[in-house]
Amino acid sequence: MINRSDVEHVARLARLGLTDEEIDRLVPQLSRILEAVGKLSAVDTSSVGPTAQVIALENVMRDDVARPSMSREAALAEAPIREGGLLRVPVVLEEGR
Amino acid sequence: MAVSTRYETIIGIEVHAQLRTESKMFCSCATAPPPGEKDEPNTRTCPVCMALPGTLPVINRKAVELVMLTGLALDCEIQTAAVRFERKNYFYPDLPKGYQISQYALPLCANGRLEVPVPAEETSVSIGITRAHLEEDTARLQHGGRGYSLLDFNRAGVPLMEIVTEPDVRSPAQARAYGETLRDILRYIGASDGDMETGSMRIEGNVSLRPIGTDAFGTKVEVKNLNSFRSLERAMEFEVARQADALERGERLVQETRGWHETEGRTMTQRAKEEANDYRYFPEPDLPPLRPSEEWVARLRASLPELPAARRARYVDGLSLSAYDAEVLTADLALADYFDAVVAAGIAPKSAANWVTGEFSRLLNQHAAEGLRSSAVGLRPAGLAELISGVEGGKVSAANAKTVLAEVFATGESPKAVVDRLGLQQVGDAESIGAEIEAVMAEFPSQVAEYRSGKPQLFGFLVGQVMKRTAGRADARLVNDELRRRLEE
Ligand SMILES: [Zn+2]
Repeated sequence: MINRSDVEHVARLARLGLTDEEIDRLVPQLSRILEAVGKLSAVDTSSVGPTAQVIALENVMRDDVARPSMSREAALAEAPIREGGLLRVPVVLEEGR
Repeated sequence: MAVSTRYETIIGIEVHAQLRTESKMFCSCATAPPPGEKDEPNTRTCPVCMALPGTLPVINRKAVELVMLTGLALDCEIQTAAVRFERKNYFYPDLPKGYQISQYALPLCANGRLEVPVPAEETSVSIGITRAHLEEDTARLQHGGRGYSLLDFNRAGVPLMEIVTEPDVRSPAQARAYGETLRDILRYIGASDGDMETGSMRIEGNVSLRPIGTDAFGTKVEVKNLNSFRSLERAMEFEVARQADALERGERLVQETRGWHETEGRTMTQRAKEEANDYRYFPEPDLPPLRPSEEWVARLRASLPELPAARRARYVDGLSLSAYDAEVLTADLALADYFDAVVAAGIAPKSAANWVTGEFSRLLNQHAAEGLRSSAVGLRPAGLAELISGVEGGKVSAANAKTVLAEVFATGESPKAVVDRLGLQQVGDAESIGAEIEAVMAEFPSQVAEYRSGKPQLFGFLVGQVMKRTAGRADARLVNDELRRRLEE
């Protein structure tokens, strides 16, 4: 099932800094969750095609027409820190892409 | 660093091009500020492209068509089975949703080919196109170098096309030629501005070397941060030399991403690939699949304009232009269209090419700083055609025609108005020219006598005096004939 390095890997992808204690707690927790979801594997799906969506729609598109956007005030209303018209974030090293 | 001849260069190229649409990929925000207005950060966003909860994306039809059109221009197979958008998951501040909507398993276009002329190697190469797919651009992140970064979401969600080649490129010159050829095509079909400087076209090169005669690929290095086609070529040259050097010394190369530093002229490690990227792609549940119909593809195929290579061939084979003229004309769609219109107005192709690639282009470049393009010049092709006819019919001298052209560019007047205003109609009748010649011969009797006693070099002086008296408006051929006839009497 899930081991420590799986948890560390997923935490890194989610940009979460976990303590050792948290990892200890998450290993069995995540394992149990996967086990529960894994029960679905018992269902015979040999006659069912891969399904990504259940609504029978295709080719839903819009015309290329520009419409007014939000105001900058509205767009940045929830930003914790602003600098002029820009949103300020901590430096993140180019990683993972 | 000398490039070793023991290794074969293997390059694959990835291009990202912003598509020329009015609105974003999955929402109706504009992709650019209104004409003439400054691009103010964070003024073109909405709940969809800011990834606010409860919003749903809707596909921009034009963006899909531009990718298919590109695929058709690159000889790709267009996917007519269901095309899925997929989520490419990663966390980065420039990605509002925490994933980018992209295409993975089934790209819109695949298995294409592009014939690339490589002038530097006096050859042309055929580059395989692995895929061309549709995705969305990220926000613009400015690194301030002050412990924080600044975000502008105007670019977030702008339609982006990714075009990936097979590892078929064998030299830095070929890499550059591929980039330029592709850019020309994207511009011709109106898919993208293809501007490396402003970032509407971005290129990455994957470089590896392998001993000549072997099949296995060597360690691949991805080079980013290329801001021009020249940087692409230089970066590839540097990387080939660096890798050959390392291999010669028996060093092991690392698979990594390196950034090109323009001023230092070298690539530097950006990120080593310690672990493989883990994007956890899965089908985008918020978008129904796309199934391009055969009719849709056929309609787009029919709308494909004449591509640069076909146009060059038509100019050389059909209109007997030189390869050079054909190249200059077709490098700029607007210029090629302008040339075609001048020819359509009845000017011989060779003559039209001379004027359009010569004086007209020179003035265009001179005014480039003022944002003038051949599509925006006040001088319509018919006006230039009229001026060329005037020169060929002896109504205006070639020298004065250049003056007229410069005036037209400066004032926006018609060529005819300029000719009339400056009184530049050519003096072309033998009688009035004869009168001017008589006057010059009367004014310089000693020079006339010296010429007659065997000093032919004085002929030019006398011609010059006639031209001076007529302010350059005299038909030079007629002046020559008439003057010689009188001197020889
Ligand atoms: Zn939006």
